[in-house]
Amino acid sequence: MASVVIPERLGKPVVWLAAAAPLGILVYNTFWGSLGVEPIDTLTKWTGTSALTILMVTLAVTPLRRLTGWNRLVKYRRMIGLWAYAYGVLHFLVWALFDHEFTPSYMIEDIVKRPYITVGFTALLILTALAVTSPLRVLRWMGGKRWQALHRMVYVAAALGVLHFLWLVKADLTNPLIFATILIVLLLTRLKRGSPTRRKVVPDPG
Amino acid sequence: MHLIHKPDIPSSEITDESLFFGRRKFLSAMGFGGAAMAVASSPLLACTNDAAGQASQDEKPNTWEEITTYNNFYEFGTGKGDPSKNAGNFRTRPWTVEIAGEVKKPGTMSFDDLLRGLPTVERTYRHRCVEAWSMVVPWNGVLLKDLIAKLEPTGNAKFIEFTTLLDPAQMPGQRSRVLDWPYVEGLRLDEAMHPLSMMVTGIYGKPVPNQNGAPLRLVVPWKYGFKGGKSIVKIRFTERQPATTWNMAIPSEYGFYANVNPTVDHPRWSQGRERRIGKLFQQPTLMFNGYADQVASLYAGMDLRRNY
Repeated sequence: MASVVIPERLGKPVVWLAAAAPLGILVYNTFWGSLGVEPIDTLTKWTGTSALTILMVTLAVTPLRRLTGWNRLVKYRRMIGLWAYAYGVLHFLVWALFDHEFTPSYMIEDIVKRPYITVGFTALLILTALAVTSPLRVLRWMGGKRWQALHRMVYVAAALGVLHFLWLVKADLTNPLIFATILIVLLLTRLKRGSPTRRKVVPDPG
Repeated sequence: MHLIHKPDIPSSEITDESLFFGRRKFLSAMGFGGAAMAVASSPLLACTNDAAGQASQDEKPNTWEEITTYNNFYEFGTGKGDPSKNAGNFRTRPWTVEIAGEVKKPGTMSFDDLLRGLPTVERTYRHRCVEAWSMVVPWNGVLLKDLIAKLEPTGNAKFIEFTTLLDPAQMPGQRSRVLDWPYVEGLRLDEAMHPLSMMVTGIYGKPVPNQNGAPLRLVVPWKYGFKGGKSIVKIRFTERQPATTWNMAIPSEYGFYANVNPTVDHPRWSQGRERRIGKLFQQPTLMFNGYADQVASLYAGMDLRRNY
């Protein structure tokens, strides 16, 4: 298995770099390039799209693993998921700072009054719960069954994320519908699989 | 921290004498002394309801780059940068405009004939998009009322309708059905006759760039930006209220009037505040985009909540 040793060793750094790339590009453009004439709009869209994209990648790990038999993929899932969360947090911070100057009353009003923000914020709360419970220690403490039940909420978060996108655009639904299609395909691959092939509840050790 | 105050604009703040002073101060500060004299009777850029000293800073016109690279012109794509990327080869000459409906002499006029003899004006207006961003733009063009006088509508004319060019070969955005093309906008005739309403042919003294609606576009500064039809090829006077594009697309969100109104939210987002392009934080949106003094009387007795 010597031929697999090197990629396996490089796997995590490569995945980490790939997930960090959107942030790297953003930081580069912020300080050395340009964010266009409406930088806040650019920051918002870039972080939001990155969060949603990487969340889709997280959900693609299992179908891809089944398709390719490349079981090692699951080892990267937690890292990818945490990156999706990180972009979600950045997206939230851009909104909280530049739209609301961190004023709680305005933020709450927006969350309560605007459905697209309500669902986006709910998705972020779910991802927060998943991120907090992602360490192996927490999994052991919670027990596999409970942990998995909680982490199935990732589907809800992804669906709310797509809905958030769908509800905020003015007329051109192309991009949110692309995400919706990807999400539906990813969910369908799970429906097709019955319980017989369900993998054992052994999460990756990170 | 005035920026984060609730955007309720008491009427006392909308029509304040100090605005007038601030405006003059702003104009002279910008070196518009002569221009200010010329247009003093028609209030262009009034100041915000901020403290007078700050107002002139806040109302600095946006840069050429900002005005010409951040555009909503769906005929050239729905991204803000699409129009500047895709409109480069758009042909604006020769250009003809069809004059139709309730006018003495319907027909087709060349761009030059249409505007010949009309006094040109330079107006710096706030421009507020329904998406809650805004700019300050120094427009050049003619007053719509002067053009209307020249076109001689009949007594039956109650509305005016503006149609944008339909040419999918040149306008790639029209190849997808994001909206029902061609783009149509309209005004009540008394709104169109208001001395703030403008037919724009230039920005910063240069011909209006393709991505901003060359060669001829409408600007109605107290209304959301989408009311300003671009690349206009047809002007029609009608007895009935025209069917307008965004209103037909999503009637619950975009009305015929589309007056800037911080107290009537878009169903999906707040209209109470806006982000001026070039600024990091939001600022309060003003009633009628700051032109309440001049235009509020057009809507006396109307329920602006219903006639959004």
